[in-house]
Amino acid sequence: MSVIGRIAIPTAACAHCGGTVAADARYCCAGCEAAHGLVEGLGLDAFYRRRSAADGALRPDAAPPVPLAAAAVAEAPGLWRLDLMVSGLRCGACVWLVEQALAAEPDMLAARAALTTRRLTLRWRGERERAEDFATLLDRLGFRAVPFTPACLRAAEDAETRSLTRALGIAAFGAMNVMLVSVAVWVGDDMGTETRGFMHWLAALIGLPTIALAGLPFYRSALAALRARRTNMDVAISLGVLATAAMSLSEAWRNGPFTWFDGATTLLALLLAGRLLDRTARGRAGRAVAELLALQDGMVRRLMPDGRAEDVPAGTVRPGERILLAAGERLRLDAVLEDAPGLFDLAATTGESLPQPVAPGAAVMAGAVNMGAPAVLRVTAAAAEGSLAATARLLEQAAAARGRFVTLADKAARLYVPTVLVVAAGTFLGWWLGAGLGWQAALVPAVAALIVTCPCGLAIAVPAVQVVTVGALFRRGVLVTSPTALERLAGIDHVVLDKTGTLTCGRPCLLPGDWTPEDLSAAAGLARGSRHPLARALLAACPEAPLRRDAVEHPGQGMAAGAARLGSARFCGVAAKGDTPVLWFTDGSSEPVAFRFADALRPDARAAVEALRSLGLAVEMLSGDAPATVARVAAELGIEAWEGGAIPEAKRARIAELRAAGRHPLMVGDGINDAGALALAHAAVAAPGAQDLAQVAADLALRGEALLALPEAIRAARRAQALARQNIAFSLAYNLVAVPAAVAGLVTPLGAAAVMASSSIAVILNALRAERPGRWMR
Amino acid sequence: MDALIALVPVALALGLLGLLGFLWALRSGQYEDLDGAGARILFDDTGPTERQPR
Repeated sequence: MSVIGRIAIPTAACAHCGGTVAADARYCCAGCEAAHGLVEGLGLDAFYRRRSAADGALRPDAAPPVPLAAAAVAEAPGLWRLDLMVSGLRCGACVWLVEQALAAEPDMLAARAALTTRRLTLRWRGERERAEDFATLLDRLGFRAVPFTPACLRAAEDAETRSLTRALGIAAFGAMNVMLVSVAVWVGDDMGTETRGFMHWLAALIGLPTIALAGLPFYRSALAALRARRTNMDVAISLGVLATAAMSLSEAWRNGPFTWFDGATTLLALLLAGRLLDRTARGRAGRAVAELLALQDGMVRRLMPDGRAEDVPAGTVRPGERILLAAGERLRLDAVLEDAPGLFDLAATTGESLPQPVAPGAAVMAGAVNMGAPAVLRVTAAAAEGSLAATARLLEQAAAARGRFVTLADKAARLYVPTVLVVAAGTFLGWWLGAGLGWQAALVPAVAALIVTCPCGLAIAVPAVQVVTVGALFRRGVLVTSPTALERLAGIDHVVLDKTGTLTCGRPCLLPGDWTPEDLSAAAGLARGSRHPLARALLAACPEAPLRRDAVEHPGQGMAAGAARLGSARFCGVAAKGDTPVLWFTDGSSEPVAFRFADALRPDARAAVEALRSLGLAVEMLSGDAPATVARVAAELGIEAWEGGAIPEAKRARIAELRAAGRHPLMVGDGINDAGALALAHAAVAAPGAQDLAQVAADLALRGEALLALPEAIRAARRAQALARQNIAFSLAYNLVAVPAAVAGLVTPLGAAAVMASSSIAVILNALRAERPGRWMR
Repeated sequence: MDALIALVPVALALGLLGLLGFLWALRSGQYEDLDGAGARILFDDTGPTERQPR
């Protein structure tokens, strides 16, 4: 919200989260009130003075806390360690609050939170079950903690980033010290040949180990490419650096006028810096996706034969076991419904927007959300054999196919490597055989041509644009996870959109009806105490409703407080039938009123579709929902090409058909039923709030609620591609001047350094133009 | 030029010291949480956040 907006609205700020509340209230919700009380009780109210998170961002999530004790690891008898991913850890003050609050526990040995990775490491002495107390404490403070999943760990403990940082440190040290010696040689005309020889060997002493160690990331990648009989940019870089090292060694040996160790080490340092920036930008997006995934990765409540319930990871549940699914909870395993009929939201698995009644004994696929009373189900397939695992295997195959995409930089390298080799070899032979120079002297212009053609400008040309674009998109809530995603996104010519959850919100929204605002406020106050999806939808329509403290939840029926009731028709004493989701409300004396819900279009769906069209893209809609509903949405959005009732296989087939016709389709989806089509498409985007499998299958994920981010991302990708092309063209143009000079033997190490630095700077400056605020920013 | 005999090794040794310091910092995880480290210097040490297991 802008500053002006904040001044204009006559509301107060919530004492805990800073979100706006009604003028006379101190807190925006019961969660904030409890959290504020806890923080003050612990004597940690300094938190509110140093907090810098966005207003409202700290509001406690309504989702139930996840059981954590099972994730604790014994380091020694009675000594436990637990790694958690804490969502909501947004600023330094949050880190301070979490660490201080947990350190106040008497048996806590260490509580350390990392802001970058959102990782909280706890070590304590005593009972394993204390983990639950810590989880409750975090939950009451308004932080949601889940076990640190292997995916989070991969994103956080990035060995490659660490080895790149180490290589950069070594290269920077080497480059600076070699330069110290080289500058002395460059300016020291009156230096005796003996001193010069000493300087050359000194440079070799520093330069050779540096080149050997700091160049390893490039040599490894080059070797891998050569083994696969391909060339890439790293082959060019390795070739240039190693040839320069060899030539410089030969020059030191014969005590020539210059060595070129400075060029080789500086080149490595510059390239490593670029590569590290690239990785950091993408690493941040990768961690954000891992965080979204970890929040979806929950426990399953297993029912024991003796009637007890215990929380276990989904992977440990065997077929035939019974599980309990709470209202609003998502099913993680394939199962059949037992005992009582139920109501399930199948949007993620089939795309149907209306909750479907399920009869006892009927199968329910993993991904369905329980919209009715808590249900007992019998698991039919273990996690590793279920429908989710089958889709995941499908994705792996598709990911391998996508890895074969040839990037712009690779295409340039394919032309560049042979050309530059021919030029260098020609120069060497020309000077040696043609002009009759000694082979060592002839090596100098040849290698100068190699290094001055500057894989530097060329190698930085594309990464620089990518870093700037990925960073700009990240700030606007678009997470770019695949290294080739932007290039593929720039190349699309056809957009296939899913309906439920992509163009629509994918959750029930309140429809207008014959209720009054007072009814809504009173009903929402009751709904505040419930986690049922419809109750939360009602609350979303009236977020400032005060909590009814005396509200009691009757599972599967509704909420009651005094004479007021909110819930199913029977619970409120109404005999009504209907197929839309509905909550009835009565304050005890008045006639019951109905709040009806339906899946509504995202507010910016129409604008987004129009923006996509204006980018020259064909737009089509593919949905698993009933054709009548799909037709209505299509008409509303002005989409002519649409298909309803599409099963996941039909979606994949449509994408395959488009690809076979030579089109480059972009698939946008959110559900498990879209995952196959997402993986098959030329580029794939996961809609806001997408299921974990859809996020894994996609190259980009949209965070937040704005669908308009999609056309902006496409625009940014196209712009990035254009800038990358410009940069490559610029580097090549530079070489048209530099190469003849090098071949003629006119280039000195000082000249090469100037050429290298100036072309790199020009390329980077051009790349900075990729950052432009998008139109959906307010 | 005789000064070089002493100065160059000294310069190199100092530089190497810096490099070793950097490598130690990297190995001991000081580059793991750069955002957090920036915020951490502002904390008051009101209580021990780390207690060694006895």
